[in-house]
Amino acid sequence: MKTFSYEIKDAIGIHARPAGLLAKEAKKYESKIVIKKEGKSAEATKLMAIMGMGVKCGNVVDVEIEGADEEKAYEDIKAFFEANL
Amino acid sequence: MLKFSGKSVYKGIVLGPAAVLKNNDFQVKRERSEDPEAEIARVEAAAGKAQEQLQKLYDKAVIEVGEASAAIFEVHQMMLEDDDYRDAISSMIRTEQINAEYAVAVTGDNFSEMFANMDDDYMKARAADIKDISNRLVRNLSGQEDVDFSSMEPSIIIADDLSPSETVQMDKSKILAFVTVHGSTNSHTAILARMMNIPALIGVPMNLDEIHTGQTAIVDGFKAEVVFDPTEELCRETQSRMKEEQEKAELLQTLKGKENVTLSGKKINIYANIGSVGDVGYVLENDAGGIGLFRSEFLYLGRNDFPTEEEQFQAYRQVVQTMAGKKVIIRTLDIGADKQADYLNLGNEDNPALGYRAIRICLKQPDIFKTQLRALLRAAAYGNLSIMYPMIISTEEVRQIYSIVDEVECELNDAGIPYKIPEQGIMIETPASVMISDELAEMVDFFSIGTNDLTQYTLAIDRQNEKLDDFYNPHHKAILRMIQMVVDNAHKHGKWAGICGELGADLELTQEFVRMGLDELSVAPSMILKVRKNVREME
Repeated sequence: MKTFSYEIKDAIGIHARPAGLLAKEAKKYESKIVIKKEGKSAEATKLMAIMGMGVKCGNVVDVEIEGADEEKAYEDIKAFFEANL
Repeated sequence: MLKFSGKSVYKGIVLGPAAVLKNNDFQVKRERSEDPEAEIARVEAAAGKAQEQLQKLYDKAVIEVGEASAAIFEVHQMMLEDDDYRDAISSMIRTEQINAEYAVAVTGDNFSEMFANMDDDYMKARAADIKDISNRLVRNLSGQEDVDFSSMEPSIIIADDLSPSETVQMDKSKILAFVTVHGSTNSHTAILARMMNIPALIGVPMNLDEIHTGQTAIVDGFKAEVVFDPTEELCRETQSRMKEEQEKAELLQTLKGKENVTLSGKKINIYANIGSVGDVGYVLENDAGGIGLFRSEFLYLGRNDFPTEEEQFQAYRQVVQTMAGKKVIIRTLDIGADKQADYLNLGNEDNPALGYRAIRICLKQPDIFKTQLRALLRAAAYGNLSIMYPMIISTEEVRQIYSIVDEVECELNDAGIPYKIPEQGIMIETPASVMISDELAEMVDFFSIGTNDLTQYTLAIDRQNEKLDDFYNPHHKAILRMIQMVVDNAHKHGKWAGICGELGADLELTQEFVRMGLDELSVAPSMILKVRKNVREME
């Protein structure tokens, strides 16, 4: 399993568009990718669940990635967060 | 034959099929299903169709209003494919053995409620998106046709009212006219109709249930009437009047390429007001000398997040390059009042017209301002771009603006990004700015008078309030005196002054404006040649 933490920089937090693009990215991988914030968690492939967490600017989220292709997924998803959130 | 009267927004006449836009919250019935797997397959098929519909909407929006506003349809597509949403529908169908329509409607309501109950205003607004895609699925399942404008024949839109973002969604080439039950002559629907040269009536007391899509209708902008199922005689009369109008329009076309000069040799610039990149075509078609007001709000509306610097830069650059050397004056963000965007979290104000809006937001939240300024300064390197700042009331504001522009310039310099410092002017739309226009004229490169808001604030009349249309006198002496004062102060300091509000297109005032010494009139593209005609026919 690989993990990383990330502080959300986007002024509107994780809103519809990046959440949707994140879901699309996450679906490419076999690995299970879970986003956690203050005890709540949601799978990265589930757009509405991610949005339902209400992640705001300044929140720190933990991202856990587990599976056969976790190395590639980790690079990709981390880069996605940095570029879009 | 049904006839209704209302207020006319544009004097034209047209005959064509009606297209009624209704807000459908129709009832879905719960029915037992013996074959859940078949119902689930129906959902799959309906979702596939919905994806196609959304794709078409997205493609159209990208061309007409840019990627920024089109993004909402992409979001709908992604929500439609969400695992939780679809699993919830499928599992409801299986466990309760019910029909697809009902499962989708209930699931939609559940998800929608979940979002509506969240703290965040932005998330609350997403409830409407989920309702929207669920409705789309149910419509597809019930075999109801989506209002598909691309295959629609050119029609007359009949609606209760049209919001600015709804009008963004429409295919302008398929709209012969607008008729709405509500609306005011200065509302966005009206402004849009004038921009598109199409007859429009507002404040028409119709009962939408009595009117059907496909019915023949005549919209008469001269008599301010709409007639449904006209008699044959009326149709013939209308066709001949339409022909007359067509000939008049062609005559006006002969004015294309001619100078805006009076018989005694006085000149004035006639520019165009537009609200999206897709409108540049109308500007060139109608032979404007430039763009006197490019409303940048379209980049911020009809979407869920801020437009990036890159998105903005591309839009500004595209316009400036297409205009090939003709001036393009871009107004910075002018949101607030009737043009809200959820993600800005502006909250509710008792008096939005007097509230936190436009330059005030930009100065208190300079990050938003700097992004736009960066995009503008960068685009200025590609053509003849000017910037205009709205809602100014003091010299302090101008000083603050310039200091932020300086910061942006330094940043671009340090990063080695090409840019240009453009001509910078302000909108004169508050009584305060009129009264200190002598001091402001020393600081800025030009004035553009926003007569809509200036009149609203000076006459203390809400332009959205239908009841006040009778009190609203756009030719009020107070306004005309203010315009003269502003022009004189500008000229005393060697600066130019123009009008970008709707008054600029008032053909009864063209002569007056030329005599006052105005340097520029910026009007809806459809009015350019008409104003030119007036200029050329006066002494």
